[in-house]
Amino acid sequence: MSPAHSDAAHPIGLSIRRAVKVYPGTVALKNVDFDIRMGAVNVLVGENGAGKSTLMKVIAGVESLTEGEITLDGRKVAFRSKDDAVANGIGIVFQELNLFPDMTVGENVFIAREPLRFGISIDQRAVTERTRALMQRLEQDIDPDTPLGLLRIGQQQIVEIAKALAQDARILILDEPTSALSAAEVEVLFRIIDELKTQGVGIVYISHRLEELIRVGDYITVLRDGEITGSRTMEGVDIAWIVQAMIGGKSKDFSQTQAHEFGREVFRAEDITLPKAGGGFTVDRLSLSVRAGEIVGLYGLMGAGRSEFLECIMAQHPDSRGHFFMDGKEMRERHVAGRIARGIALVPEDRKRDGLIQIMSVRENITLSSLAQFATGFHLSLRKEAARAAEFIKRMTVKVASPDNPISSLSGGNQQKVVIGKALMTGPKVLLMDEPSRGIDIGAKAEIYQKMRTLAAEGIAIIFVTSDLEEVLALSDRIIVMANGRLSGEFGPDADPASVIAAASPAKPANKNKETAL
Amino acid sequence: MTSITERAAVRPRSKHDWLLLLLKARTLVALLLVLAFFSFAAPNFLSTANAILISKHVAINAFLAIGLTFVIITGGIDLSVGSVVGLTGMIAGWLVLNGIDIGFGWSIQFNTLEIAAIVCLAGILVGGINGILITRFNVAPFIATLGMLYVARGAALLFSEGRTFPNLNGNPDYGSDSFPLIGTGNFLGLPVMIWMLIAVTLGAACIANRTPLGRHIYATGGNERGAALSGVRVARVKMFVYMFSGLMAAIVGLIIASQLRAAHPATGEFFELNAIAAAVLGGTSMSGGRGRIIGTIIGAFVIGILSDGLVMMGVSSFWQMVVKGLVIIAAVVIDQAQSRLQARVALAQEVTQSR
Repeated sequence: MSPAHSDAAHPIGLSIRRAVKVYPGTVALKNVDFDIRMGAVNVLVGENGAGKSTLMKVIAGVESLTEGEITLDGRKVAFRSKDDAVANGIGIVFQELNLFPDMTVGENVFIAREPLRFGISIDQRAVTERTRALMQRLEQDIDPDTPLGLLRIGQQQIVEIAKALAQDARILILDEPTSALSAAEVEVLFRIIDELKTQGVGIVYISHRLEELIRVGDYITVLRDGEITGSRTMEGVDIAWIVQAMIGGKSKDFSQTQAHEFGREVFRAEDITLPKAGGGFTVDRLSLSVRAGEIVGLYGLMGAGRSEFLECIMAQHPDSRGHFFMDGKEMRERHVAGRIARGIALVPEDRKRDGLIQIMSVRENITLSSLAQFATGFHLSLRKEAARAAEFIKRMTVKVASPDNPISSLSGGNQQKVVIGKALMTGPKVLLMDEPSRGIDIGAKAEIYQKMRTLAAEGIAIIFVTSDLEEVLALSDRIIVMANGRLSGEFGPDADPASVIAAASPAKPANKNKETAL
Repeated sequence: MTSITERAAVRPRSKHDWLLLLLKARTLVALLLVLAFFSFAAPNFLSTANAILISKHVAINAFLAIGLTFVIITGGIDLSVGSVVGLTGMIAGWLVLNGIDIGFGWSIQFNTLEIAAIVCLAGILVGGINGILITRFNVAPFIATLGMLYVARGAALLFSEGRTFPNLNGNPDYGSDSFPLIGTGNFLGLPVMIWMLIAVTLGAACIANRTPLGRHIYATGGNERGAALSGVRVARVKMFVYMFSGLMAAIVGLIIASQLRAAHPATGEFFELNAIAAAVLGGTSMSGGRGRIIGTIIGAFVIGILSDGLVMMGVSSFWQMVVKGLVIIAAVVIDQAQSRLQARVALAQEVTQSR
């Protein structure tokens, strides 16, 4: 399909030709051509490690190309730094937030571009006022003077978008902007995108949520292993086409059940309560139990208290109350090591912050929770450790040249496999997974779903938290829905999606924004 | 055709490889350089007697630097070690001279081994207090150990009201007459303290590389939250490193008191800074997660040889300080250059592979 017919409506703002980018460990881009059309949403899609983020970093001036050229409005450009790109009207909202938790929302929005009085002191009032105006435009009830660290990830993401908007960007790059947003926040974002489009802003939209892409996009470009495998207007594009272009032969299969009987109850939580800092409860008298071989999906909106509940199980909140039972015996250990020894393992939501030690190797990361297995007395057998690490790297099908490569050289999906491998190496009876497929491509997702099925069939009980309705419906043997810290619904595997969503909605939706703003 | 491109691709790689190897072994290179330089420049530098003398000077700093390496790898710092050296030296002096007075005109006297054990325990105790302040009360390591720096120094002065404990020769009746041997004795031709340093170095290197504890120390410094969620008992790890650092300080306190046969409460001032310098020179990263015991030892030798060599050359002590400072700064600058080059070499390799 030739894009010529749309040139008048959506002129090409920026184009990249024959881009090659080489990183230590990978060739991220191989001969890539990419156009950004103004006044339109240019969707970029591909598996993890396909090179989307790299391409965007090149456009935003964070990275420079190894080979190839960039033209902006017909002239050749080479951005030496992010500032350089910003000066040329390019704004980017990264997948990983680049914010300062100890500063206020306003200070974050104007970081390094503070409005000055007489060129000397920061005009605090202007910061507050302009941030307030931006927040109104974004329909968010966020006070500019709130310390950023008190906001939820979803709200922080909106602050990041505000930051890009404050720079009057002509080209706005959104890298997975909805991965942490609630349904309501996503609607707000889409409205903002529509508004920006009419103003002639060229938007690059990167996401793993395919329905979303089809809804919001005007043009689509698919990347696979650093190469373009499809580029066209959104007309006539459906999920099957995208998936085909993204993964070639592979397909998404998470509904393949492995029929097996559940064992007896292995884990039970009784009346778990976690008080919230400003009064009220993050987790409110929650009780649940799970049987061996059962997959329990914990569904709910952002801030429903699901992650916090998992953290309570891992003894991360000393002020939580309630009782946990493992095989009928109460767990009283007050530290993670004790809980791991009792047969519980956690795959945390935030890989970078909680899951991995970035400066360590793949081997050291995957064995970190299980070092006692290789130690006799004080002595650690490096040979045994290496063998076990190699075994789990193979079992989890982690793509890495050598186990001694740094973990940071791996793509998101492979890093997640290492985190899961680390949890499995401890030999858990109950596996807690917090958003196990967050920020992971379809291929890796399918592998992880398959892995979860296999583990359940082997008799491991799995409790997983997700915000993806399709995922919770397809994977769970039992669905537990949380809202406002409470258990608000329990469903079997053939649950009606509508009733699951209804259960997840908080009782007083009008108050929701206020609550989250606190 | 292929052979030409291959050769063209291989040559810069191997050149970079050499440079990288040189940079990686920079502390060792620096050590060889200072050795070579002073062999020519300073008379009598290359003699066994001088080598042993320098080693004895280096050992004092090396013990402390090993302790600090662990602390710094966890992302912390221990500023109190110099003061703890003074305090533990005073405790040793007190025990040798007076024993413990239990009232009624009685006192308990100890032999050398018991004195050493008590002094070591005292060092561990002080480190433990640092650890509790940092893990339990969440005091920043810099502040907690800065406070301990003053407290320990004050306590050392209080011990004798500022005076020196002289003539620590011990008493054969109590079995403490061997006390001076800790710092001055020889065994198989080498000073006892050098044997102690060898043992401690091997032990510490073993902990760092071959025990779960060592891995936990690196993990704590690399990502404390991630380590905790992986089941690393971060508080215990930190307790260990500060207690270990205290133990190292106690050993140094013992050695100095024994060497001088006297304990002075001002002993050990600024020792902590020398020890930090040795660790950093040896490649330990102040932001945590990175560092090696062997690197620290080499770093301590570079600093030690530099100061002793300059003294033998008759360079003024003012210039010595300037040179020492420049060497430390240069080490860190080279460290940064190495990481940049390493990234570039890896990149170059990927490019050649992708062709």
